[in-house]
Amino acid sequence: MPDITVLAATGNLMVSEALRQAEPDVIAAYPITPQTAVVEEYSKYVADGRVHTEYVNVESEHSSLSACIGASAAGARVATATSSQGLALMWEELHIASGMRLPIVMANANRAISAPINIHGDHSDVMGARDSGWVIMFAETAQEAYDNTLISFRIAEHPDVQLPVMTTLDGFITTHAMERCEILDDEVVKAYVGERTPINPLINGDKPVSHGMFASLGNSYFKVKKAERAAIDASHPIIKQVGDEWANICKRPFDYVDAYECDDADFIIVVLGSAAGNVRAVARDLRAQGIKAGVLRIRVYRPFPAAEVLEALKGAKAVGIFDRSDAFGAQYGPVGLDVRTALYDLPARIPTRNYIYGLGGADITIQTIKDAFDELQQLAAGSIDEGLCYLGVR
Amino acid sequence: MSAKKTTKTAQELIDFESWTSEEIPNGAVCEDAGNSALYITGGWRSEMPLWTKDNCKDCMLCWVHCPDSSILVADGKMTGIDYDHCKGCGVCVIECKFEALEMVSESSDEARATAAAYEQEKGA
Repeated sequence: MPDITVLAATGNLMVSEALRQAEPDVIAAYPITPQTAVVEEYSKYVADGRVHTEYVNVESEHSSLSACIGASAAGARVATATSSQGLALMWEELHIASGMRLPIVMANANRAISAPINIHGDHSDVMGARDSGWVIMFAETAQEAYDNTLISFRIAEHPDVQLPVMTTLDGFITTHAMERCEILDDEVVKAYVGERTPINPLINGDKPVSHGMFASLGNSYFKVKKAERAAIDASHPIIKQVGDEWANICKRPFDYVDAYECDDADFIIVVLGSAAGNVRAVARDLRAQGIKAGVLRIRVYRPFPAAEVLEALKGAKAVGIFDRSDAFGAQYGPVGLDVRTALYDLPARIPTRNYIYGLGGADITIQTIKDAFDELQQLAAGSIDEGLCYLGVR
Repeated sequence: MSAKKTTKTAQELIDFESWTSEEIPNGAVCEDAGNSALYITGGWRSEMPLWTKDNCKDCMLCWVHCPDSSILVADGKMTGIDYDHCKGCGVCVIECKFEALEMVSESSDEARATAAAYEQEKGA
């Protein structure tokens, strides 16, 4: 067991510490609430000479990810962090980073998207990026934000993946609340993350290459996109492999999903991020009353772990899918769409309800979660219908 | 640094339509920088610049302005036009102050004769 430092830390500080230990060659970032502390802290490390990182101050998030793309194509280890409107402003670069297969690691402080303007935590920003070709992880706690950030470098830079990775934590709830956290020694972490070995770096006089190619002729664009789909699908086993490697070092478990009491559960709630703790607390109370409740928290969201989700849900009588954002105009919220699609592969239908909760940082209370579990029992009994509903709001 | 050098021949590079998605390098990186010279774009022309050597003063204005590096020069003197890559934009003709360049239709007899001579010289 390596030496550890125990400290009281926010999620933002834990992301900064993970970045400090992975020590990217380049960080180009722009501050935005509630991510600001990540880049503020990191710029202090740079100013204090604790890291050799080239810290690029830019005028917007469009520029920050653009600078990261250039640096990553050049062969550097690159990271950045953003949130909400900043992530939205990166929209075209998100697809360029994944299309060019650049292993950039980006932390996102999950926050609402305007309008109306709101700085608090929900998943509306990251869900807008969910199909942009990035591997995406959701942390429940500050500790997990640290672990996920370190694992992200190994996933992104793996020779068989070479894709950008977004490591997310919920705005304010995880970014700003202070928890007891553990940081492993620098040498241990550096040995785990290693160094990036770029495959076709721009800065290589022995082998000049061109990045950012034109592929409009014939169906070459189509082929490149097919290869991108193959790459993100192929990242699935590698995520577990490098995640387990970290788990063995830090002695904290890693898996695509965190299935709590799902084995014999009749009623399961699927949830991402910081709300999982409250949902587990309610499930524990219900278990004490003899109600077989379970909680499935999805930690790796892209590539979507359909087989693992199915394995956890297959015995349930009813499933409630929690979504901290809406996919307006779609039948369900984003997680609702993903989970229901996975459930289609089961021979027998499991009824579901999709709950939109906590938008704009609205509280998710113990009582509202109990209400949802109550509804799942009614759903299983056939006394209410499936569908999408807004939870905890009039 | 791992440097997987492509083993593709010039013809295979030109025939990229036959590649599979697995053969395309990660992120569509071009592993043979500068190979766009292999891709013949002269067929895009509808008009062709003709060069009258006797009028040419080797001022290099056409060479400066050509967007496709298709004005061929050796030892400071213009030697001809690269019809494999000239797209027929006509900038050289606009820039020429000495009536050494003119645009003609690709379907004209002069254009056909020039193209045939060019191909013959290439083959030689």
